[in-house]
Amino acid sequence: MKCAVLFSGGKDSVYATYLTKKFQHKICCLITIISENPSSFMFHTPSISQVKKQVEIMNYQLIIQNTKGEKEKELIDLKKAINNAKNIYGAEAVVTGAVESAYQASRVQSICNKLCLECFNPLWQKDQVELLYDLIKNNFEIIITGVFAYPLNESWLGKKINSEFVKRVIKLNEEYQINPAGEGGEFESFVLNCPLFKHKLNVINKKISGKNHSWKMDVEVT
Amino acid sequence: MILIIKLCKQKMHNLEFVKPIRDILKKNYIKYITIFYKEVNKKILLDVDKVIISGTSLFDNDFAKNSSYFHWIKKFKKPILGICGGFQILGLIYNGNRIKSKKIGLSKIKFYKEFLGLEGEIEVYELHNYSIHSNDYEIYAISDKCPEAIKHKNLPFYGVLFHPEVRNKDMIINFTNL
Repeated sequence: MKCAVLFSGGKDSVYATYLTKKFQHKICCLITIISENPSSFMFHTPSISQVKKQVEIMNYQLIIQNTKGEKEKELIDLKKAINNAKNIYGAEAVVTGAVESAYQASRVQSICNKLCLECFNPLWQKDQVELLYDLIKNNFEIIITGVFAYPLNESWLGKKINSEFVKRVIKLNEEYQINPAGEGGEFESFVLNCPLFKHKLNVINKKISGKNHSWKMDVEVT
Repeated sequence: MILIIKLCKQKMHNLEFVKPIRDILKKNYIKYITIFYKEVNKKILLDVDKVIISGTSLFDNDFAKNSSYFHWIKKFKKPILGICGGFQILGLIYNGNRIKSKKIGLSKIKFYKEFLGLEGEIEVYELHNYSIHSNDYEIYAISDKCPEAIKHKNLPFYGVLFHPEVRNKDMIINFTNL
């Protein structure tokens, strides 16, 4: 099927893109939603210039849709973007990286249902530790670009997701109920390399901001 | 041994509708095998203790068009749990009418009596464009739109229109413990 993938540049959406190709579907475009609201229930707030670099080295078409990120109104913007994927690139299905959020998954399902498009959620209900190990096994190089929960702090920014990282988050899960794959919004990630990329992205600049247990790292990659 | 029957036309949908069921069984050390509905045969049906029929995506209706592949259910006496699409198959095989009924997302439904460990008002995850009405089944739970949980009047066949592999995972374990 011709698929449009909802893409934020983080581990889940890049892995969903990878699986879509693995299952021999054609990726007709990626859709990135840029929300002005950092607390949006639906979308992460990716750096669009860096997402563009990822998309460029995968050689896919990209639809960028801006939204103010107001609850429910942002769904109108998402619907508009998905409709563009259907009309411009002939998308027959939408793929998401939803793992746990019934809120996100059901809203995308509803939009697809209205637009008569199939909807794929290949990571749905996946065990979070299994997800992290799958990423490592499939040669994904991922860094942490945001932490938003106790006891995480600035020192986690830039850390790579490797087996040592997984061991640490399993321990944090036992002690503080931190979701190992950050599904509760505990952390955000950015993919620097994976089998879909023509070459690895390198961080050439970073800007760290935040306080206490809420930190963000804006990266510039090349 | 549990037989999980896959309904999904698109293989990638198995990650969404079948793998979560497999994961629940695996986590509870319950043995299972998985097979596509068109590949079910007499030997497999003899070897297994119970059957779970998965759901599939909103636009995947191939299983309903191919209901002749499910005629084995008429002769089967062991417990079956049908989830969403599987629920619809259980009804279709027993003279049910498939009716349009759309629900997507979390909702609350009320159980009239205990059903595989669920009772009272329960939050469930739904994803369907159709439901089934069949007089051969007793209704255990209903939403504002349609039956949500049914059991055959004479056989150990259980059907849920909602997705217990998303919310209410214990219900699947309770079925395997029957």
